[in-house]
Amino acid sequence: MNRRRQRAGASAVPEDPDSSLVGRLRAGDEQAFADLAEKYQGTMLSLARGHVQSSAVAEEVVQDAWMGVLRGIGRFECRSSFRAWLFRIVVNRAISAGIRERRSVPVDDMEPVIDASRFDAGGAWGMPPEPWTDLADDKMIAAKIATRILLAIDDLPPRQREVVTLRDVQGLSSEEVCAALDISQANQRVLLHRGRSRLRQVVESEFGSTR
Amino acid sequence: MIGVRSWPRKNLVCRQAVELVTDYLEGALSQTQRRRFEAHLTSCRDCPEYLIQMRATIALTGTINSGVLTPQMRDEFIRLYRRWRADGERGTPETPNRNR
Repeated sequence: MNRRRQRAGASAVPEDPDSSLVGRLRAGDEQAFADLAEKYQGTMLSLARGHVQSSAVAEEVVQDAWMGVLRGIGRFECRSSFRAWLFRIVVNRAISAGIRERRSVPVDDMEPVIDASRFDAGGAWGMPPEPWTDLADDKMIAAKIATRILLAIDDLPPRQREVVTLRDVQGLSSEEVCAALDISQANQRVLLHRGRSRLRQVVESEFGSTR
Repeated sequence: MIGVRSWPRKNLVCRQAVELVTDYLEGALSQTQRRRFEAHLTSCRDCPEYLIQMRATIALTGTINSGVLTPQMRDEFIRLYRRWRADGERGTPETPNRNR
């Protein structure tokens, strides 16, 4: 319902971070293929898992998608980034694996991201955010928080997980995410907002300290 | 977004501000909306901390390394590649796979 084709114009595509690996793959370099797999396999599996019931099926879908990459790389025209193209292939295949239909996100009908009980009657913070960001200055604790975030990403609803994984773990631009998942910018922002807010909440609950 | 779809004429309250954080960070607010959001930040005791936490969460999420393959898995990909190469050389018909 809210899925809309919204392509980024060609001029909006920045330098593809994978252009050198893609060049080597086209030239027949098998190590480049393994490098790309190393970089993207985890994300591909997580994307596929959002659409199929079992991880075994997800693995088949991903393997099939990699074969699609090998067959199609000669015709890949760099209109999008390689990774946006790659993620699009796996999402398309996962969908056509047909196990589960993508659900559209009802944008206008959603719970607030912060529990209403934390605000007073006037809408101001009653239970304000408990500070924790100083902890992340310590590398060990930062790694611990990141690990907790990774678990929390797995618990997000599939579509939020997809967007957060692509944007914030993989570092894709919003245009790339919209192209990979075939969703509108507005829809992307809503999913991102809900996902990120949830992750912040998890970190606050576990690492925040009352002033 | 939530509850702010129709923008209030009065000043923002925290409950509304937290729903705008992503649009703010994404640069998706109009100039007026942005000014109002920033005005709330300068006058609010707690929302600046909330914004700091959202930024920190995003930064920490970015440190997660998603690309981990065991050496065996890497070998499997090399095998997959070679199999595809060999099939191609034997002239196995390709499945059309349009670039889209």
